[in-house]
Amino acid sequence: MPRYGMVIDLDRCTACQACVVACKVENNVPFASPEETAQGRDIAWIQLLPGVEGAFPEAQARFRPVLCMHCDVPPCVPVCPTGATYTSAPTGIVAQIYPRCIGCRYCANACPFTIKFFNWSEPAWPAPMDRGHNPDVSLRPKGVVEKCTFCHHRLQQARERAAAEGRPLAETDYTTACQEACPTRAISFGDLDDPSGRVAGLVRSPRAFRLLEDLGTEPKVYYLKEGEWDAGRRA
Amino acid sequence: MRDAEPDEQDEALFRPILETGPWFYATAAGLAAVVLWALYAYSVQLRYGLGVTGLSRPVFWGVYIVHFVFFVGISHAGTLISAILRLCQAEWRRPITRSAEVITVLVLFFGVGNIILDLGRPDRLFYVLRYPRFTSPLLWDVTSISTYLSASLLYLYLPLIPDIALLRDRVPGWRHGLYRALALGWRGTDRQRRWLHRGIAVMAVLVIPIAVSVHTVVSWVFGMTVQPLWRSSIFGPFFVMGAIYSGIAALILAMGVIRRGYGLQAYLKPIHFRHLGTLLLVLNLLWFYFTFAEHITVFYGKAPHEMRVFGEHLQGRYAGNFWLMVGIMAVVFVLLAAERLPLFAAAPAARSRGATLARLLGTGLGLTLAAWLFTRELPGHAPADLVTLHVERAWGIVALAGTTLLWWRPVKRHPIAAVLAASTLVIAGMWLERLIIVVPTLMNPVLPWERGSYQPTWVEWSLFLGAVAAFVLLYMLFTKLFPIVSIWEIKEGRERALHDTEERIRSYLPDAAAEPTR
Repeated sequence: MPRYGMVIDLDRCTACQACVVACKVENNVPFASPEETAQGRDIAWIQLLPGVEGAFPEAQARFRPVLCMHCDVPPCVPVCPTGATYTSAPTGIVAQIYPRCIGCRYCANACPFTIKFFNWSEPAWPAPMDRGHNPDVSLRPKGVVEKCTFCHHRLQQARERAAAEGRPLAETDYTTACQEACPTRAISFGDLDDPSGRVAGLVRSPRAFRLLEDLGTEPKVYYLKEGEWDAGRRA
Repeated sequence: MRDAEPDEQDEALFRPILETGPWFYATAAGLAAVVLWALYAYSVQLRYGLGVTGLSRPVFWGVYIVHFVFFVGISHAGTLISAILRLCQAEWRRPITRSAEVITVLVLFFGVGNIILDLGRPDRLFYVLRYPRFTSPLLWDVTSISTYLSASLLYLYLPLIPDIALLRDRVPGWRHGLYRALALGWRGTDRQRRWLHRGIAVMAVLVIPIAVSVHTVVSWVFGMTVQPLWRSSIFGPFFVMGAIYSGIAALILAMGVIRRGYGLQAYLKPIHFRHLGTLLLVLNLLWFYFTFAEHITVFYGKAPHEMRVFGEHLQGRYAGNFWLMVGIMAVVFVLLAAERLPLFAAAPAARSRGATLARLLGTGLGLTLAAWLFTRELPGHAPADLVTLHVERAWGIVALAGTTLLWWRPVKRHPIAAVLAASTLVIAGMWLERLIIVVPTLMNPVLPWERGSYQPTWVEWSLFLGAVAAFVLLYMLFTKLFPIVSIWEIKEGRERALHDTEERIRSYLPDAAAEPTR
């Protein structure tokens, strides 16, 4: 049984935000006006969060792509009163059933990564975009919670393709939109439990870490720390 | 058939049901207008979604959740207090239990109603029954509150039966049929009385653990997350205590209005307000104790996520709310303690000296607080914070007003006015408490990048006013259908309690006649 996870190499990330755009298009994420964004109502399942370390003249800007961590022990799942937020047993993906969500936003408040989103109003797209939706991903109505799904609709397609070709599912069959779009290949995605796989190898790197590890939620999104050249430059 | 005879003595208790003055209609019309306005506000929210509120990411919850906790807290006024007083055989309970129990039943609807207002998809409300997941504290709320509502309804109804029978026998018209059905054939026989007393006693015992469970699981909605200052084992008992605190305050206010509005000065006497004021004072001290315990453990823990919220409480954008709340509770202490300090109780002259001293202390505190609220610079200058700044100045005015209350003549002279003033302040303070529990934690989530702010919009305020207006309106309508002071219990107190109490006190004394010993 696979346990899908992601590794993001911060040494390779150039903060270009191609992943952010690719995710929005792939998953039919509605557009937000500048006003809505200022209010904190924009939806972006993967976002590039800036941080500044140190003080001038030694200041370092750091960017970190943050998405749903797909925790093994997700704090959002047990608090959902209807089971709309759940962990998929065969993949380890934490998913959301939109037609069952009552919009109480308890899961969003329970998430220590604050990476779940709510549809504050009816989603809208500007003129040509409203006819370019991805048919594999459902549109969310107003009043429900949504978040990154690791593009699980693509797993469905990959399984069907592999079955049609009469072969087992290979690691390269199932990719996420952000991973595909990344020009520096900073994002790797695959089965954490497959010891020969690329992701499981990267996770064993001494550079690997996860966000808020001490909370014990066991995130399945790993980061690779920036390397020595960076530290040397600052010294 | 003793009950059926018209009783001249308690005629005043029937009067609100038999006569309705123009003031009643005027007030009811005003309240109904507010309720209609709130319905319009809700229709706007249904149409455009929760975007019409001030909520956003990461402040996903706002005043709807605050008011859920606030109203459910107030609901502890009734059933719990009435049950405790009944079980303690506190004889002074007789004229107040009914008005307390009605608060519980009515206000619970608005507590639950605020959860529905908060839902993004209220049309799917019943999915919590269709697809229930019992690991969610929200499901515990559903279970606990619905049990509490049914138990409180029964506990309100049982002691109503003899009074309904009295009304059945004297009110003609359409209401006669209603009373006849609800009286369940009550004739006041000894057997019926025995069963009624037994039923009330059982419900009084049952209702206490249920009430405690209700506000405990309300606190656990917050306590079961990993968010800073929400995950806290003190929340359960703290919420229960706060609920009783705001509940007693609401009960005192309701009694004050009933006393004046229906001219029941002979039934709701200064002594009743004095006893409830003492209870309020005890809970006021408990509030200080819990608030101190909550914050000092966070401060010594020094966990960075928690210290950010802690800082928001004490010095940050919510410091105005926080210190106003502390100031309000301090003024409440002064108002209630001024008349009760045993040190000064001996001579009337000394008592007034003590009260003056306490008032001076309270005034110094209130003025300092107001000055600080008026002059404080806020951290950060985002546009949303500017609004916070105006709110802060408004709070400064509230602090000044609270301070002048201390010197207002009726409050100084009249013990009931002092308790009523204290109760009003307690309600305001406990509202702030709920706000401070819900919002600052969400403004400062664990990850260091996300920061939010929150200002409620007109829709949210309208729905709050609408809920309060609807509650008062329903309460008024109740007083028009049923006696708000239990008639048969007053009568029972007059006829039997004196004798029973004397017996009981005799049995406490060392030289009491032989009580059967084992």
